[in-house]
Amino acid sequence: MINGATYIRRELLIRLVRAFDDGVLREEIDQIPIRLRPKDSDASRCCIYHDRAVLKYRLMALLGISAEEETDEAKTLSEYLDEIIGGEPREISEDSEFERKTAPLSVCAPACSGCPDARVVSTSNCRGCFARPCVYSCPKNAITVTNGRSQIDSSKCVKCGKCISACPYNAIVKTTVPCEEACPVGAIRKNERGVAEIDFSKCIFCGKCFMSCPFGAVMERSQIVSVLSAMKRGEKLVAMVAPAADRQFPGTVEQLLAACAKAGFSDVIEVALGAEKTTEHETAEFLERMEQDSKTFMTTSCCPAYVNLVGKHLPELIDKVSLTPSPMVYTHEMVREADPGAKTVFIGPCVAKRSEARRKGIDFVLSFEELGAILAGRKIDVLACEPHPIERPAAATARNFARSCGVTEAVLAEATAKLPGFQLAAKQINGIDRKTCAMLKLYASGKLPANFLEVMACPGGCVNGPCSLS
Amino acid sequence: MEKIKVEICCGTACYLLGAAKLMNIEEELPENLKDKVDIQARTCLGLCERDHLGGAPYVKFNDTEIMGNASVEKVLARLNQLVEGAEQS
Ligand code: FES
Repeated sequence: MINGATYIRRELLIRLVRAFDDGVLREEIDQIPIRLRPKDSDASRCCIYHDRAVLKYRLMALLGISAEEETDEAKTLSEYLDEIIGGEPREISEDSEFERKTAPLSVCAPACSGCPDARVVSTSNCRGCFARPCVYSCPKNAITVTNGRSQIDSSKCVKCGKCISACPYNAIVKTTVPCEEACPVGAIRKNERGVAEIDFSKCIFCGKCFMSCPFGAVMERSQIVSVLSAMKRGEKLVAMVAPAADRQFPGTVEQLLAACAKAGFSDVIEVALGAEKTTEHETAEFLERMEQDSKTFMTTSCCPAYVNLVGKHLPELIDKVSLTPSPMVYTHEMVREADPGAKTVFIGPCVAKRSEARRKGIDFVLSFEELGAILAGRKIDVLACEPHPIERPAAATARNFARSCGVTEAVLAEATAKLPGFQLAAKQINGIDRKTCAMLKLYASGKLPANFLEVMACPGGCVNGPCSLS
Repeated sequence: MEKIKVEICCGTACYLLGAAKLMNIEEELPENLKDKVDIQARTCLGLCERDHLGGAPYVKFNDTEIMGNASVEKVLARLNQLVEGAEQS
């Protein structure tokens, strides 16, 4: 669903593409914040100058530069742009700072509002009633009534929320820090200056903070300008469109592929074709594990946020995660096999894929939003495109990979085709949050029974990814 | 009475900037408007030029009137006005 933060991000993206195509990006990029917030216009923050400062950081993120990386505040956007367009891809050494330097997410401190700590407070709606259900409902004796108003002692309060539901006047509310609340692994916290900060040794790049911040302070580092300039240089770029693309744009998948081809990609391929291979190999791997140990337990591996979660937080699951490569990786291999000189651009709804792509040698990642901006900038309407001629559409089960239960169904179909009557004790983790993280531990220890576990970080599957459009 | 023609821009710029949720406005039409409007999805109306980008999504009424920053609420409110105006005249 679109909100003010998504609107401005998308508007900036489209402006960026148009200015790039008109050949005026270098001259205009530093003016964009001023053009968008001219004097006498309404400010969304304290004043237009603050708005402009944040817009500069937004544009930096679109250029792929994180606010945390900034060393020289006086450096202009056009200088950053020159580095990106002209320079060689930056080699980043594999030191302890690697995760931070290559992280696809960044927090822009000037955009962060430093939300007050999460707590339960009584508001002026309190009527100081006689029955005092709040006082009686509180298991910690944290509530007293003084001067006709209930008061909550935050040193005793455990934020259970019992008083909130007990109060007939809706006088008690819980304030939250949305990013901290959304993060399943406690990786984002306010620092000593009260500004949110991501601990990259913990972050799994699920993108939940990015989606939840009402100030749009968590930003994604884009590769769009690198893609646009590679296209302009005439490099062969192959668009690998994720199965989650279905119904993201108006029109069919075939029309979307046609739109990509029209936008300047030298070729287009459905990642669902890679998903077919993932299905085949993952099923074979599972059957093999079953053969070796009838009590085997294996989880899927195509969700990169989940793979990051296991790597950083759930070591007990490491040998349970399937070793089969993801659809993106198979598709990349298929493209490279056909044309070793081609560069691959994965197009999907996922933040974490950016980290997987870097590890697996995929050249670029674009979000659906960024692809949309390229199409909008180049005036390409998906609905107006003739369906792209494809040799063979991917199997329906593979196209369904991006929906919760989709991988399970594909593997089950493949397994029963090989072994009629095969039974799969499959379960799904449909969305990673604190609760499901705890459940994952129970699966690992065998307290929750299953032999095949499909894990997707986003509720409903990749179709609801942090960078999805619908 | 002529039906009011409503063209919703589903060009990529408008779509990205909020037209996606306008697309099922048909289902949200109240009884009094149901058979008085003719809603059509359109490809780019040509209004999203560089300097006007901030106005997307766009909706066009009766071939002439343009609404920027369109939302379901705004479109319904305008339709009510148009219908009332037509009934009075
Ligand atoms: S996309 Fe709506 S006017 Fe161009």
